[in-house]
Amino acid sequence: MRPTSRHWVRIAAVAALVLVRATSADVLPDDRADIFYSKYSGGGMDITGESATVRKKITEDLAVEANYFVDKVSGASVDVLSNASVIKDERKQKSGTVEYLHDKTTYTASFINSAERDYISNTTHFSLSQDMFGDLTTLTLGWSRTRDSVGENNGTAFVPKVTWLGHAESQSYNVGISQILTKNLIGGLDLEVITDDGYLANPYRSVRYLDPSNPKGYSLGSQIYPDTRTSTAVQGQAKYYLPYRAAVTGSYRYFHDTWGITASTFEVDYTHPIKNIWILEGRVRYYKQNSASFYSDLFPFYPSQNFMARDQDLASSENITLGAKVTYAFLPDGWKIFKRGTVTVDFSRIQFHYLDFRDIKDYTIPTYTAGNEPLYHFDANVFQLYISMFF
Amino acid sequence: MLRLRPMLVVSLLLLSSGCSIQPWVKPYERDRLADPIMAWDRDAISSAYLDHIREAREGSRGATGSAGGGCGCN
Repeated sequence: MRPTSRHWVRIAAVAALVLVRATSADVLPDDRADIFYSKYSGGGMDITGESATVRKKITEDLAVEANYFVDKVSGASVDVLSNASVIKDERKQKSGTVEYLHDKTTYTASFINSAERDYISNTTHFSLSQDMFGDLTTLTLGWSRTRDSVGENNGTAFVPKVTWLGHAESQSYNVGISQILTKNLIGGLDLEVITDDGYLANPYRSVRYLDPSNPKGYSLGSQIYPDTRTSTAVQGQAKYYLPYRAAVTGSYRYFHDTWGITASTFEVDYTHPIKNIWILEGRVRYYKQNSASFYSDLFPFYPSQNFMARDQDLASSENITLGAKVTYAFLPDGWKIFKRGTVTVDFSRIQFHYLDFRDIKDYTIPTYTAGNEPLYHFDANVFQLYISMFF
Repeated sequence: MLRLRPMLVVSLLLLSSGCSIQPWVKPYERDRLADPIMAWDRDAISSAYLDHIREAREGSRGATGSAGGGCGCN
């Protein structure tokens, strides 16, 4: 699960950025505590997550936040299974954030540490958010630096034997603008450039290549990744307040990187409150990407080119998500020190379809000739449950 | 030079008035935008978790931080 750590830490930094943007209106948001549980099932993987977050204002212009997250992973994705390796692992992540508000500017600094047996990641994040033009516009600038240590566990889940393979470093530069357009409409535009340098491959995944001497018709070999990557993503979105107190959001994101991947994401969300007690939300998301330039499901021989990969996330693919979220306020008017208490259930179903990644996991006795296996697809369920107390 | 000075003063005044953008949505007209349902992201931890699920399975990344909950309403 190595690359997921890198994703998690960077996304946690983005969450900190979202937090600061939420605060960028001359006041810091209310104190808040969350207990969070999540479960992901799909593609042979089961991942449960538990998290606790506390956010507290020290003064009216200074706030701190702490988060602790534990992921437990069991199972293995299909491309890992093809290499006969099953994962059972645990990841612990700790983060701390400080926010300082001065006039119309909010400054945020955060530090995030994530540790697994075979992957350690540390991220430092800074951002500032500025309200301007009569508070119609909020401009946010963010920067993050992540340094990872990448290892491989050649032992078992219970008796690990980790070999450290190298380091990876990434830097993220982010510019975002949120704009009030009318009394009912706000728009947003985000640009993020990320650069990576170092060991970027997943050591648990392999390429496959044609091998007539193997009864399967193919053999497996180590992936060869470039040492650098630069990606650019731009997202535009708009949120509209409907006449009967509900909101609809539409967004589009364009992505391109130096590995040759181009992707588009479309999403529409609908939010519908009922009195002060319920908030119902539904969403549809569609995603499509082409494959990386050095990706192939089946190479002609090994090594047939400088860089070779068969990671399923680098394949051509598309997926569609249907999601629903229900928030119930069990303390709508507060109680003692609490201003409000809510419980939220969120469920998403995602259907993944791969266009040039084949399902080879079940064919120990050759059923198909190499390269003619069925294309891989799977469905995933994502469940979240969390209790939020505002005070 | 003497003729230019008044023109310069007038030009600076025009420029400075042009720079001070008047809010076309007044603060007292932002009650709808201040409604919690209009926040870009009500639950950052939940959104970060969903982003994580996607980024681990998709080749793309970045720019998912909702462009601010700051509607400038307060």
